[in-house]
Amino acid sequence: MTPVSDRAGEATDAIIRVRDITVQFGSTRVLDGLNLDVKRGEILGFVGPSGAGKSVLTRTIIGLVPKIAGRIEVFGVDLDSASARERRGVERRWGILFQQGALFSSLTVRQNIQFPVREYLKLSQRLLDEIMFAKLGMVGLRPEVADRFPSELSGGMIKRVALARALALDPELVFLDEPTSGLDPIGAGDFDELVRTLQRTLGLTVFMVTHDLDSLYTACDRIAVLGNGKIIAAGSMADMQASQHPWLRAYFHGKRARAVMGS
Amino acid sequence: MTGDPTLERIAQGNGLALCAAGSWTARFAPVLEPMVTEAEKLGGSRPNIFIDVSQVDKLDTFGAWLIERLRRSLSQTGAEAKIAGLSANYSSLVDEVRRVKGAPASDTMTVTITGMLDQIGRSVAGFGTTIVQLVDMLGAVLAASGRVLIRPRTFRLTSTVHHLEQVCWRAVPIVGLITFLIGCIISQQGIFHFRKFGADIFVVDMLGVLVLREIGVLLVAIMVAGRSGSAYTAELGSMKMREEIDALRTMGFDPIEVLILPRMLALVIALPILAFLGAMAALYGGGLVAWLYGGVDPEAFLLRLRDAISIDHFIVGIVKAPVMAAVIGIVACVEGLAVEGSAESLGQHTTSSVVKGIFFVIVMDGVFAIFFASIGM
Repeated sequence: MTPVSDRAGEATDAIIRVRDITVQFGSTRVLDGLNLDVKRGEILGFVGPSGAGKSVLTRTIIGLVPKIAGRIEVFGVDLDSASARERRGVERRWGILFQQGALFSSLTVRQNIQFPVREYLKLSQRLLDEIMFAKLGMVGLRPEVADRFPSELSGGMIKRVALARALALDPELVFLDEPTSGLDPIGAGDFDELVRTLQRTLGLTVFMVTHDLDSLYTACDRIAVLGNGKIIAAGSMADMQASQHPWLRAYFHGKRARAVMGS
Repeated sequence: MTGDPTLERIAQGNGLALCAAGSWTARFAPVLEPMVTEAEKLGGSRPNIFIDVSQVDKLDTFGAWLIERLRRSLSQTGAEAKIAGLSANYSSLVDEVRRVKGAPASDTMTVTITGMLDQIGRSVAGFGTTIVQLVDMLGAVLAASGRVLIRPRTFRLTSTVHHLEQVCWRAVPIVGLITFLIGCIISQQGIFHFRKFGADIFVVDMLGVLVLREIGVLLVAIMVAGRSGSAYTAELGSMKMREEIDALRTMGFDPIEVLILPRMLALVIALPILAFLGAMAALYGGGLVAWLYGGVDPEAFLLRLRDAISIDHFIVGIVKAPVMAAVIGIVACVEGLAVEGSAESLGQHTTSSVVKGIFFVIVMDGVFAIFFASIGM
């Protein structure tokens, strides 16, 4: 049994299943009966206008924002009815890259990456260090970075370290909240490539919130578009370009989109 | 489907096959590690060693690294170690971990006597730096006030009023309550002990002198250092962390003028007011206890108070207030600007702002006591 055939066999099975989610802040309804499936092994790009609730949906799935209605299943576990133990099990199988990195500022890069591993597994310091260096290498950072503090890193390095921390326990599912925002185009391109490579080597499922057309074009298998609190379209890049929806037309046929696709 | 991982040894002529099976994943890493360490000792026993991974169901970075580590340490002993039966899906993962170089040793922190002595030495030497920093900040604030005096339009009135509300108006209830209670306690203790000599009435003298000269202003200054000094440090520190202070500087604003001067001024105005209110509250509390507990009726209390204290006592107390306020403000601002990138650093500097603030307030009080004693006030 190999992971690829494994994945192919379960391709119909969704790793995240979101049903009729409604989220409300005060009297503003941000998500209104939203449905979404993320398939095992895919990279899903999640787009939508600013303020449409992309981050809110991510945070709702992770459990940081309460919902007023609906059901969320991750790895087939209903997160509302799950016991604390089951929930912990799920949390151990996903990794999250926050928009600002959210590295622990008083820990070094080494300690940041080792933190989740140390909490969940009882390993020797030697193995912890070795795994940490393996992760640093995977995200394309040099070993010298290990003993620096987050305040001594550049924006791109913070994103990479945060990704290494998200990958520390070898999760099956990673949430990336605007992974390429604030990176230069070359850095962003590298990051997309990195996500693709890691997805291939580790067999990850990636849920990526992004604004970056390049990322959508090069990294994502499937794209979902959020508007008016619902998914207004989901499908491949070709489906998006063929869509007649006015926002999709503006987004995928605008000046910047043409520049990306022309290249 | 995915079972516990195993590592079996099978002898083959002069070679050895290590058959890995099961899930070689993070979950099982605590079991895998000792297993691999055990197998590493086999190095040198046979010239040829195969690590057969064809039976592995699941592999992740942890498993791949442990297999790679096994291969490396076996090779180091002179044996020829090979990984066999690797499926195509996992080969890229193994290639990935193969690029990992041996981990450089981590710097472990060791606590030694020399280390502790070193720390003590550094903090003693650091005290000199603290003084220099404080004087530096005092100079910068004075220079900024000079500039503002020349161009009064650059003075930030709104900001000053805002801080005045925070450090003065909102502090009145708590300062009033605490000084009232302290006044009550001094009076009660005084009466309790003076009664033995039949000198009840002298409690008024003690209360008046103590509250107006020393306790009133000192107590209020300590409360302000804890309440507002810490707030200043935390505010400036988090602004520093988010590069807000750098942003101000690049826009051509002087952070001293924009952020620190209004805060300092608010504190210098607030502390005498609070010290006065505090002294009144303490006298009121003391008077109340003297009446209810000691039987000194209010009229007698006031009459005695008028004889016991002069305006000098009051001046000695209140003159200290703005100086103490300046000390608290300068310490808080120096500490705030010294904050570095981490949350821990913010906490450390806020703590040291309060500790140093209170320390310097008490030192100042001592200096003033010597000064007033020598000029006979």
